[in-house]
Order: sequence, then C-alpha cells, then structure tokens
Amino acid sequence: MIGQRNSAVWVMAKHILISGIALVMLYPVLWMLGSSFKPGHMIFTETWFWPREWNFQNYMNGWTGIQGNPFSRFLTNSIVLSLGAVLGNVVSCSMAAYAFARLDFRFKAICFGLMLMTIMLPHHVTLIPQYILFNHLEWVNTYLPLVVPKWLATDAFFIFLMVQFFRGLPKELDEAATIDGCGPVRIYTKVIIPLAFPALVTTMIFTFLWTWDDFFSQLIYLSDVSKYTVPLGLRLFLDSSSQSDWGPMFAMSVLSLVPCFIVFMVCQKYFVEGIATSGLKG
Amino acid sequence: MTARRVKRRYAHSGAALLFLAPWLVGLLFLTLGPMLVSLYISFTDYSILAAPSWVGLGNYTTMFTSDKLFIQSLKVTFTYVAVSVPVKLIFALLVAMLLNKGIRGLGIYRTVYYIPTLLGGSVAIAMLWRKMLGGDGLLNGVLAMVGIKAPDWVANPKYALYSIVLLSVWQFGSSMIIFLAGLKQIPPEYDEASAVDGAGPLRRFFNITLPILSPVIFFNLVMQLITSFQSFTQAFVISNGSGGPVNSTLMYSLYLYKKGFSFFQMGYASAMAWVLVILIGVFTLLVFRSSKLWVHYEDGGKS
Repeated sequence: MIGQRNSAVWVMAKHILISGIALVMLYPVLWMLGSSFKPGHMIFTETWFWPREWNFQNYMNGWTGIQGNPFSRFLTNSIVLSLGAVLGNVVSCSMAAYAFARLDFRFKAICFGLMLMTIMLPHHVTLIPQYILFNHLEWVNTYLPLVVPKWLATDAFFIFLMVQFFRGLPKELDEAATIDGCGPVRIYTKVIIPLAFPALVTTMIFTFLWTWDDFFSQLIYLSDVSKYTVPLGLRLFLDSSSQSDWGPMFAMSVLSLVPCFIVFMVCQKYFVEGIATSGLKG
Repeated sequence: MTARRVKRRYAHSGAALLFLAPWLVGLLFLTLGPMLVSLYISFTDYSILAAPSWVGLGNYTTMFTSDKLFIQSLKVTFTYVAVSVPVKLIFALLVAMLLNKGIRGLGIYRTVYYIPTLLGGSVAIAMLWRKMLGGDGLLNGVLAMVGIKAPDWVANPKYALYSIVLLSVWQFGSSMIIFLAGLKQIPPEYDEASAVDGAGPLRRFFNITLPILSPVIFFNLVMQLITSFQSFTQAFVISNGSGGPVNSTLMYSLYLYKKGFSFFQMGYASAMAWVLVILIGVFTLLVFRSSKLWVHYEDGGKS
C-alpha cells in the first residue's frame, strides 16, 4: 500500500519532532546539572551541558552553606515542614471527606458548598488577616503558620479529591461493617482508609511537592536564617552571589530538586493518573 | 417528615461533627473569619503597629485613580495571562496530539514533558531561568553561535515579562496530560468515518477533535486562568523581589506582597486582594458564560 510507506516516514518525522522538542525542553535542566559540576569561570562560557572537567567543589562549597548556616539545616527544616504538612493534609482532609461522602448530617449541603467555594478562593484574601492572627499568637517565625492550617483541612482541594474517591467505594462495605457493630470511626479507620490508598498517595505527593516548593508563605512567615527552608536558603545564595558563587548555587539547586525527582519517579503512575482524572493545576 | 425520620436521617450528626471538627475550625478561623476581617481592613489604613483607621473606599479609589504602580501591575498581569495561557494551552494540545497516536515510548515522552512542570514552581528553576536568559546566559550563548547578538532578556524591560511567560509555557505538562486523557477518549471511528468521507486532517481537527475536546479545553482554560492571575514566585525571583526592570514584571501578587509586607500597608493590600477576587471571579464567569457557545457535551446536554 502506498499509505504504508507514507506513514512510516510520518512516524519517523514525528519521533524526530517529539524528541527534538523534548531535548529543547530538558536542556535547561541538563545545563543546570552540568553547570553544577563546572568550575565557576566555565559556567557562562560554555553552552554545552557536559562538563569538560568534573569538579565537586561546588557541592562542597554549597553544602558548607551561607551566613553560617549549613545547607543541611535548610534541608532538615524543609523535610520537617513537609512531613508535618503531608500528615496534616492526609489526616484532616480524609476525615472531612469521609463525613461528606458517607455520613448524613444537618447542613451537609451548605457545608459542602462552602468547602467547594474555598477551593476557588485566591489565598490572597485570607493572607493578611491570617498573618495578623498568627502574629497575635506569636507564631510568626515558627513553622506553626505553615503546618497548623494543613491539620485544619484548609487545602479543600484534597477534600474534594477524596470525596470523589470515597463515593466510588461500594456502600455495601459500610453497611456490612455496621451490621458487624462498627461505628463511623471504625468504618473510617478499618474500611475506608485502607481502601483509599490511591487517593491518599495522590494527596501526599502533591502536598509534599507544593510544600517543598512553596515560597510565598515561607517568605512571609520565616525570618531567622536558621529557620529558613530550602527555597529561602537558595534565594540567599542568589542575593549574595558574586560571579564565582554561581557554581555552589547551581549545585544546591540541583540538590533541592532531588527529593521532587525521587517522589516523581517512585509515584509516577499515581501522578499521571491523578492528573488525568482529576485535572490538577500546573 | 416525621420526627423519627428526621432523627434517622441525621443519625450521624455526632460522628459528622467529630470528623468535620478540624475542617470546621479551619473554615471559621482561617477562611471565613479572615475573609470578613480582610473585607473590613480593606476599608481602613492599617500598618499592624497601630489600630486600623477607617478610610471608607479610600484604598479602592487610590488604586484606580492615583496609584500608577497598581495600574502597571494590572497591565503586567493581564499581559502575562493573555499571552501565557493561550500559548501554553495551544502548545500543550499540539504536543498531546503528536503523542496521541502510534508513538512508541509514550511513557518516556510523557515523563520528559512533565519534568519542567514538576520542577517549574521551585525557586531553583526560577533562578536557573534568570541566569539562563541573562546577558551571558545559555540562550545568548546559543544565539551567539549562529551570529546573533541578543540583549540581556531579563534586564531589558521590553522582554523581561516574556522571559517569565516562556517559563510558564515551558511548564505545559499537566495541561498536556489532561489533553492526552481527553484525546484518548475520542473513538477512532469518528476520525476514520470522516476520513472516508474525504475530510482532510485540518477539517477533521476543527470539526471532530476540537468540538469533542472542548470540555477538556474549557477545564484547562479555567484552571490556567485562575492560577496565572496569582503567579508570584517566578516574578519575585527573576526580578529579585523588585518587579523590575522598570516595573515591567510587577505582577499583581508581587505588588500586593510589597504593599502588605514591605511597606506594611495591610489595608491597601487587603483591598487589592478583594479586587483580585473580583477580577478572577469576573473572568471565570465570562469563560463559563462563553462556554455555552463553544463547549459541546457528547450527550447533547447543555452546559
């Protein structure tokens, strides 16, 4: 068939086009990776990402940190913060979602409507009063303003995601458990939570990534350099950079992306499915 | 409804209260309460140090009549949204269509195209971008190889915003994956049937693919619109917190942040927040309204 040959050429062309675009897209990341191993003076004189000589000095210098704070401190801070946020979101959002998906109660429709409304609301509106509140509580310059809201299910997006998921679980399970004498608390812990693994994992992944990368609230609430998280610490490198400091900055930038990569690689399946089915923001 | 039925219907009220307790506390103290406070503060002068003093509509009138930077931040944000959202969506759709059929290694491509989105929100990438598009950065190095002498994109007020647009378009991954999921649901028979009828690829795209995909386009459009209006980190890092050069990257969120947390004009910043809510609301409403004209649902139902 004539079409066959044509389509073979077309498939080839498509592959070349797609991998060409992919290369251009990935190049900045590769360049950063390469630059992190180049001596300072070579970073901006070379466009090719592969270092001609490998140099680990950048990582050593970067790891030593900045303004008397080792980079490991920023990492530890970020990890503590992210874990607190992840746990908070999983617990509080799944609880609320269980109530919305499985329990009957007064004012359910109103509550559900309010919950949906808060998903759409830009955080700017609550930003300043929240700051004033946390300032009054003397929580500013601690991690509390960044973690406590997660334990209070303020990321309603995840409640919605889990409500959708819980609704898909067969209601007969609840009924069977009720007959066996389980109350709502045991149905939640013994029936729903074990079955909700994919929804919980999706929530964990996204909470982790968003907290890890969050810059705005960390910028507002943290002022002691020793309490700085990775994004704030990185920006410190940028502020103080003379030309020769770019190497350590790139090195620590690469390091800051490693956890995101690991999470992504491990959970890829959930990621792509989660995005395709629920349509997360980018 | 008899009393007994009411009782049975709400049999779970106690348990529900328990499960909803964290959310309810959050709703009252971190969302609804702050919203009311924010509305009140927006009518005052408030610097946190002294009690708020009532200025009525003062903040709002200042904004639109005498604050040139506010108008500038609106212009910057509208330009950013108007350019980055369509370009990003078109690019995402084109790539999704390339990946949709007869490609081996789809998983790898999907991963590669998603990586920028995965990393794009981070400060590390914003810093990379700033250096990459700077005077002696990667892009100009490449351009120099083909003999083009290019400006410092980030330091030039004409181009600085577009370097952020480029960063945003670079992160087309999640829109693309949603498009891909939508494309996979189009039955191939539709395409084949109309090909048999003699419709060329362009006509098939406009008469079959686009209409079937329109709900997905609508969804992506709304999501991108809402998030683009709130962009902050990239502009902050690329302009080093200033919104410069010459306020060319002074995004709305960045200006709001400066007003609230650099100048401690909390009243003014709150008023700005409410204007943003209204702006996003109006635009979302417009998109929803217009969707009746261009979004088609398969079951023939109306939106």
